[in-house]
Amino acid sequence: MTGQHQTLALMLFSAFVAVTLGITTWVGRHRHGSAEEFYAGGRLFSPMENGFAIAGDYMSAASFLGVTGLIALFGYDGLLYVVGFLVAWLLVLFLVAELVRNCGRFTLADVVAARMRERPVRIAVGTSSVTVSVLYLVAQMVGAGSLVALLLGRTSQAAQAWTVIAVGALMVIYVSFGGMRATTWIQIVKAVLLLAGTVALTVLVLVRFHGDVDRLLSTAAERSGHGTAFLAPGLKYGGSWTARLDFISLGLALVLGTAGLPHILSRFYTVPTARAARRSVIWSVGLIGGFYLMTIVLGFGAAAIVGPDAVRGSNAAGNTAVPLLALDLGGGADSTGGTVLFAVVAAVAFATILAVVAGITLASSASVAHDLYASLRRRAAPRGEVTVARLAAVGIGVVAIALGLLARDLNVAFLVGLAFAVAASANLPALLYSLFWRGFTTRGAVWAVYGGLVPALVLVVLSPVVSGSPDSLFPGLDFQYFPLQNPGIVSVPLGFLAGWLGTVTSPEIPDEAKHAETEVRSLTGAGAV
Amino acid sequence: MSYEDPWYDALASGWGESAESGPGPAAVPLARAADEAADVDPGEVYLEVQRSAAFQEVRSRYRRFVVPGTVAFLVWYVAYVVAATSAPGLMARPVAGAVNVAMVAGLGQFLTTFLLTWAYARHARLRRDRAALELRWDTQELTRGIGGGAR
Repeated sequence: MTGQHQTLALMLFSAFVAVTLGITTWVGRHRHGSAEEFYAGGRLFSPMENGFAIAGDYMSAASFLGVTGLIALFGYDGLLYVVGFLVAWLLVLFLVAELVRNCGRFTLADVVAARMRERPVRIAVGTSSVTVSVLYLVAQMVGAGSLVALLLGRTSQAAQAWTVIAVGALMVIYVSFGGMRATTWIQIVKAVLLLAGTVALTVLVLVRFHGDVDRLLSTAAERSGHGTAFLAPGLKYGGSWTARLDFISLGLALVLGTAGLPHILSRFYTVPTARAARRSVIWSVGLIGGFYLMTIVLGFGAAAIVGPDAVRGSNAAGNTAVPLLALDLGGGADSTGGTVLFAVVAAVAFATILAVVAGITLASSASVAHDLYASLRRRAAPRGEVTVARLAAVGIGVVAIALGLLARDLNVAFLVGLAFAVAASANLPALLYSLFWRGFTTRGAVWAVYGGLVPALVLVVLSPVVSGSPDSLFPGLDFQYFPLQNPGIVSVPLGFLAGWLGTVTSPEIPDEAKHAETEVRSLTGAGAV
Repeated sequence: MSYEDPWYDALASGWGESAESGPGPAAVPLARAADEAADVDPGEVYLEVQRSAAFQEVRSRYRRFVVPGTVAFLVWYVAYVVAATSAPGLMARPVAGAVNVAMVAGLGQFLTTFLLTWAYARHARLRRDRAALELRWDTQELTRGIGGGAR
């Protein structure tokens, strides 16, 4: 990319950073330092605001750049991957959003621990929440480094390292100074920018084909070199039965995992009522669904206009498909339009990464302070807890930067799928059992969490992503015993099974009154904060 | 008319609902007959509310929607993914122009997600919200005298 692109893109980056820091300062001026404010933004966001913020939390750079690249290179299989991300929201809407809003205060562990002996359950759920967040965070940090380097054309190691450090530092500043309120506004700004950019590009693609989607698809198929096979499943996830089973496992993890992601669940506490939580989800389903429909158009558009060979030539994983498409739609590499559109896309992608990592950092610092610290160390005043949460954000930032730098040259694409798999196998069983099963006990809750978390992590260590294949983290070693890259299809049933086993073997008699309280509160909102 | 109270924000607003407002949540019996709240513990209150006909009605309305709904969309999604990975021949069959079965099924997933979201929102608003809100006030009324134990 030329110097002109870089200058403009850097200016837009800086503008976004300035705006977000402005938001953080402005929010920080009015802060009282209460837990309510830090974790839940005072619970006074409107459903529309929260809907945009949820969409902002969920639409990562991986969707914007990764999925469009996947579609540009492999056609239909990219679409197949996207569907799971949207369908997952039905589970959130039906079984989780309202009930979690009614029963909990700040974190997932609040809901699960309400009926149980608090300490062991909080520690278990807190641990798995932090694990999910850190996995997701490292994936985003590594992505940020390579992405910015890619977009700015600076592939030097130092530039990548500084990007990772800068992203980490910014997210820590947003979270520890602005808490949930600043993070939410940053998500909203980012969601609006991302959607506006996507709409503009989609309109330009459709205009290029005079609104004829059929011609767009057939041109894409033609240029791909695969013919009609490009529009049917099988180019990426076809092949061996292991690969097919692997995709089914990934799809299962995506659909069930969203409802267990801590940074998504904590968003429901920022609105006043369960009804408002429901309406936020409805907003976000509309926004996320619209966004993914547009990424499909952009993906096939990139295949038809730029061509898969050019995309692959720029970045083997296809991550530059949208920037290249923007360059072409604006009038080519040397035109003003191309330069502007390219810079806008780069800035939007950067904003996306920053906002997503801030949301995850906030959720994990809440888990550390509210669940782990508060149960390991009994007497923590609410005021002290917020201070701990701010410090935890710094600690998580340092860990994320360190892991991001260590993993800089590794292929970490599997981490997002793994984060979803852990959320689906550890968090979801504990959450659903505690909301819907009268006989669920403390031992059941603890076993459900560890019974999903441990197998998911162990299976990944034994899988081809870590060793035994040329694309592994450690290609030189071979301790691969599990054939699939995503453990979901095994670890999710194990999590549910462990929760059931723990419950039936437990001597504890479930407390009828506590169950009644959970059920009444979850469905009516009585006693909700 | 607009209420400042956030509890009232949504009963008669939102999409999909215009002049007609459905069957309404009428005929939900009261949670309790008399209030003798002063000397019961909060656990008792929740058990009492849980056993009340009004609560059972709200719960069964909720479950009658979400259980079949969840089963339906999960089966439909898993069927889609399994078909896409194990029967690519079927999925590649053309429907019209460049559009094939796979494309129709994929967009169908989007469509059913939007439809189910709309149906759930409508069901909750018309069949559940008002009764749940009344139960909420009743329950909080009952637990109020008990030294804030349940709050």
